[in-house]
Amino acid sequence: MTRPDNPQPSFRPPLLRRYSAAHLAARGLTQRRWPRSWRDHDLDSRYDVVIIGAGLHGLATAYYLAANHGITNVAVVDKGYMGGGGSGRNTAILRSNYLTPEGVRFYDRSLRLYEDLAAELNYNVMFSRQGHLTLAHNDGALRTMRWRAEVNKVQGIDSEVIDPRQIKELVPHLDTSTDTRYPILGGLYHPPGGTIRHDAVVWGYARAADHLGVQVHQNTEVTGIDVTDGKVTGVETTRGDIATGTVINCTAGWSTIISEMAGVEMPVTTSPLQAAVTEPVKPFLHTVVVSGTLHVYVSQTDRGELVFGASVDPFTSFSTRGSLAFAEGLAGNVLKLMPALSGMRLLRQWAGLCDMTPDYSPIMGPTGVDGFLVDVGWGTYGFKAGPVAGEAMADTVASGRVPEIIADFGLDRFSSGRLVGEKGAAAVGH
Amino acid sequence: MLSIPCPECGPRDEIEFHYGGQAHVAYPADPHSLDDRGWAEYLFYRDNPKGLFAERWQHAAGCRKWFNALRDTHTYEFSTTYRVGEPRPDVADPHPGAAPAGPSTPSNTPSSPAGGTL
Repeated sequence: MTRPDNPQPSFRPPLLRRYSAAHLAARGLTQRRWPRSWRDHDLDSRYDVVIIGAGLHGLATAYYLAANHGITNVAVVDKGYMGGGGSGRNTAILRSNYLTPEGVRFYDRSLRLYEDLAAELNYNVMFSRQGHLTLAHNDGALRTMRWRAEVNKVQGIDSEVIDPRQIKELVPHLDTSTDTRYPILGGLYHPPGGTIRHDAVVWGYARAADHLGVQVHQNTEVTGIDVTDGKVTGVETTRGDIATGTVINCTAGWSTIISEMAGVEMPVTTSPLQAAVTEPVKPFLHTVVVSGTLHVYVSQTDRGELVFGASVDPFTSFSTRGSLAFAEGLAGNVLKLMPALSGMRLLRQWAGLCDMTPDYSPIMGPTGVDGFLVDVGWGTYGFKAGPVAGEAMADTVASGRVPEIIADFGLDRFSSGRLVGEKGAAAVGH
Repeated sequence: MLSIPCPECGPRDEIEFHYGGQAHVAYPADPHSLDDRGWAEYLFYRDNPKGLFAERWQHAAGCRKWFNALRDTHTYEFSTTYRVGEPRPDVADPHPGAAPAGPSTPSNTPSSPAGGTL
């Protein structure tokens, strides 16, 4: 498979700050402290670009603004701590086997950026390309899978429908018997998919962006956005006001609230998605397993824990509580897939906020307000798109035009009727 | 598990109910006069407040009737429920401070997900 040429990485930390095996050995032997990965700053009164949300999308946008376009007078502000929202709460699954050509192209570009990310950021992001398997338990799901596989193949993505015998070979722990309530009829196998260490991706982008001159301001809550004559002029925060002509809303969970500050309405509703993790066990699961019918996805981390994700909670909410009903339902569904796990114990569960859009695709690009851009509506699929979203948003800001790869994800598509329907491939709750 | 007061049956467990999204979204009175933006608003744009929200629920495993509720989307507290066709009751937001922007406070985060998963 041919790769498009990535821009030459311009992040070159000095030798003493670069992470390497030699550096690790030297630090270990001398017991000297590691340098801080990023700095704290006083808030300046003016920035060229203010990015709201210091998660993966915000930090990636800041990094690519600096690395690809030389725009370094950038502030990334966050109410809480870096990567504390969706970036730290997702289940860290990467894949590009979507349903629409627009979606497949977009997520494939992200996967390619992820491939080279550890080298580009000089940060081990632990990308584990273990393969991604989606199960079909009924004819409708199987039909959508065949459709997806064909769309994927046309776009050059490795993706095929496999039968229960092949599934059993791939994941022996799956119950593939035919007399269960939800027998496995087939699966969509996507070898390039896998998992990644999500915190490392966030920290890697933050470190690289910081090195290039971007300022990351944690614990800095945006309280207002100043708009004069249809143009952004500044941002009000709990640490002072900032004058700027460009604001990018890179939040998840609060994207409607932030957009309303600029007078922009979003077709977004917010629902929590819960996830859970078990105690660690020996490695036995070498593929990400997803079941839409059973509303669950399972992967095993390098530490041996099983990570479970689910569909979003059944009603809208701004709360990140976990619920017993979720844990019970999840456990039951996991055991339907893999009965051998019945003795495992859950370590913890948590919830993150998902900004759901009507067509299960994101909203990216300009809004009606000059200088106010959005990179929001990431539902349950934002983490895998972080690099390409950052790259495309940075391109949008630097060039003043929307790059082709995100042209179909504009806010105006809801009025023009050109929706990018990804529900069949983006969510498990349908 | 939430206890949701069905106007017909009284308080029942959350699993008996089905959620129906924002309440009081009326079909356009004059559909022919709507422009594309108007249709988009009717079809796709919904309120998404952090705080008191009027929404539809169905008692799916009970009387099967739809009804409306005023619920706080942050605390999950149901202020009141009322029958379809009745106007939205004039209930003050019990947590008016919860409405402004911003994520939940750390005390609402049950576990620290930052180091949670790979």
